[in-house]
Amino acid sequence: MQRHLISAADLTRDDAVLILDTAEEMARVADRPIKKLPTLRGRTIVNLFFEDSTRTRISFEAAEKRLSADVINFTAKGSSVSKGESLKDTAQTLEAMGVDAVVIRHGASGAPYRLANSGWIDAAVINAGDGTHQHPTQALLDAFTMRRRLIGRDAGLGQDLSGKRITIVGDVLHSRVARSNVDLLHTLGAEVTLVAPPTLVPVGVGTWPCEVSYDLDSVLPKSDAVMMLRVQRERMNAAFFPTEREYSRRYGLDGERMAKMPGHAIVMHPGPMVRGMEITAEVADSDRCTVVEQVANGVSIRMAVLYLLLGGNEPAVTNARTNEEK
Amino acid sequence: MSKILIRGAKVLGGEPQDVLIDGEVIEAVGTGLSAEGAEVVEAAGKVLLPGLVDLHTHLREPGREDSETVLTGTRAAASGGYTAVFAMANTFPVADTAGVVEQVYRLGQEHGYCDVQPIGAVTVGLEGRKLAELGAMHESAAGVTVFSDDGKCVDDAVIMRRALEYVKAFGGVVAQHAQEPRLTEGAQMNEGIVSAELGLGGWPAVAEESIIARDVLLAEHVGSRVHICHLSTAGSVEIVRWAKSRGIAVTAEVTPHHLLLTDELVRTYNPVYKVNPPLRTERDVHALREALADGTIDIVATDHAPHPHEDKDCEWAAAAMGMVGLETALSVVQETMVDTGLLDWAGVADRMSVKPAQIGQATGHGRPVSAGEPANLTLVDTEYRGQVDPAGFASRSRNTPYQGRELPGRVTHTWLRGKATLVDGKLT
Repeated sequence: MQRHLISAADLTRDDAVLILDTAEEMARVADRPIKKLPTLRGRTIVNLFFEDSTRTRISFEAAEKRLSADVINFTAKGSSVSKGESLKDTAQTLEAMGVDAVVIRHGASGAPYRLANSGWIDAAVINAGDGTHQHPTQALLDAFTMRRRLIGRDAGLGQDLSGKRITIVGDVLHSRVARSNVDLLHTLGAEVTLVAPPTLVPVGVGTWPCEVSYDLDSVLPKSDAVMMLRVQRERMNAAFFPTEREYSRRYGLDGERMAKMPGHAIVMHPGPMVRGMEITAEVADSDRCTVVEQVANGVSIRMAVLYLLLGGNEPAVTNARTNEEK
Repeated sequence: MSKILIRGAKVLGGEPQDVLIDGEVIEAVGTGLSAEGAEVVEAAGKVLLPGLVDLHTHLREPGREDSETVLTGTRAAASGGYTAVFAMANTFPVADTAGVVEQVYRLGQEHGYCDVQPIGAVTVGLEGRKLAELGAMHESAAGVTVFSDDGKCVDDAVIMRRALEYVKAFGGVVAQHAQEPRLTEGAQMNEGIVSAELGLGGWPAVAEESIIARDVLLAEHVGSRVHICHLSTAGSVEIVRWAKSRGIAVTAEVTPHHLLLTDELVRTYNPVYKVNPPLRTERDVHALREALADGTIDIVATDHAPHPHEDKDCEWAAAAMGMVGLETALSVVQETMVDTGLLDWAGVADRMSVKPAQIGQATGHGRPVSAGEPANLTLVDTEYRGQVDPAGFASRSRNTPYQGRELPGRVTHTWLRGKATLVDGKLT
């Protein structure tokens, strides 16, 4: 494990499996009457959110609190950032208050990478989503969800996702979730197919370790998991697709399409869902849809990442304790 | 002014010769010239070139004196071996009136490090809607002959056509920043494999190529000449090559950084590599080098674009576009063109002095190194190799992509009409 978590592409197979296995242990904490571990007592983590995000911030906050870390929440709105303060000054100001880790969400692709590599601060940096680049903890929680559902909670321990066929559908061009998932799922041995209208696939996708299809119906029968990405309605104003209805007809997942999937296959969504656009209510509310589970799993994954990066007291993960002498 | 004898220099890279300067002109070129009454500059092993001419410099004054002034910019120019620079119009206020261009011109004359030839804006405020008073800028003391909205594309086909036609009346030329604006909304880097991975908005090659294609056809239609700024793609090369084969009066420039660097560097998210047009691919770099060698691309121009530290010490999307280049241009050209065998030193003189002076009509620059010519000269130690250290720059800004990179060649002396502006690598 590296000192920071910036991109899913930085994780080796063993790193990723270790995080997933650790997350299973963390998940057991949630089943206890007192959902708390003393692991990060005395550590301070700042959630530095330059972009509105309710669920990711709350998920990180829950993870941090369950590990007994001290948590500072910083949102750009109404802060010195809105008065023109630079990312560098904001980060240095926070670090001067004694922060061990920075969880950052930023609208600019690469902002967490800059924070981790420019010598501005010493704290560990965890990317909670940057622009249209990466969202590694989302990819990890998705892989965790797939492993549990497709292999099994206990049977999955130590396992990767070799041979699993994962289909990701929607606005790949603007999606950090898609990028992170392609990287991580490939590392874990899964076969990934991206499905989108050609306008929503980036030029240059040819080098990605995945297939690209424009035809959802032909891919569904060969999928173990189908991940639907949110499609913003405003995209049609920039001519990415003609109308909401046409998008929905060609790339939306409804009950009829879901029936084409193998019986064991699951439907995933990183949220927030746009019901009626990329997914119908019938599918979203079906028991094959894991969207609520993904949220719960997100807390376990983030606990695992924080634990491994910040070095807990348990000896189980000594290879991750690289941040101790900082 | 006293006499200067440059002894034993390889003139344009040829056999060693002596060059005697008397006052503002070259008095004699030959072997065994008498040093009597002359200050001697030992130049054995060094290459003597006509003073370099940069058709594309941002001096930032007036308006952004925190990044560069005419004084610091012309000192940087002298440091890099330049005796004339063309100052782009995107200042604050914009150089779209006779008053602004005259101010910039006079500042250059007063400081005396390098001739400053202002470029006039094509349209008022660089807004692309209404022609600026091109004639008035030409008639002014600054004598503007090159017009450009650089930084912005003259994207309206009718405005571009009219500008191309209008400047014919006084022999002007329009220099186009070729960037189709709709195709580059939110653009942050070259669109391709790297942008797809990094999640940065793409600046597609076609946004440059489509404008160049349109403009060479417009130039042909109205019988004007057009100059293409900072051409950056293999496709643009093909279009210019085609246009020249048709006899269209098009000239083109390439920057040093587009001859050396690729978009792979953007993987660092370090905004020092953020520039417009963006760094392209290896394939483009090779096409540009070949085009410069075979004359499809006429000249090297720096697009020297100073920015204050804070505008680069930030996240990529928030950073300004541009790189300083005056003090490293010749070294990069040596690295990419001379040391690779693509161009000899006479070719460098042609691409960095003779042709840019011709395109911009810079009188007295880009002349042969021979008796009776103005003594605008640059002496280069081509054997030198060293790491680029921005701390030593004369420019006010430090936004170089070459920090710590080892590059060949070093300008040791520059003479502007016989007056030394750089001696042993130190500004006078």
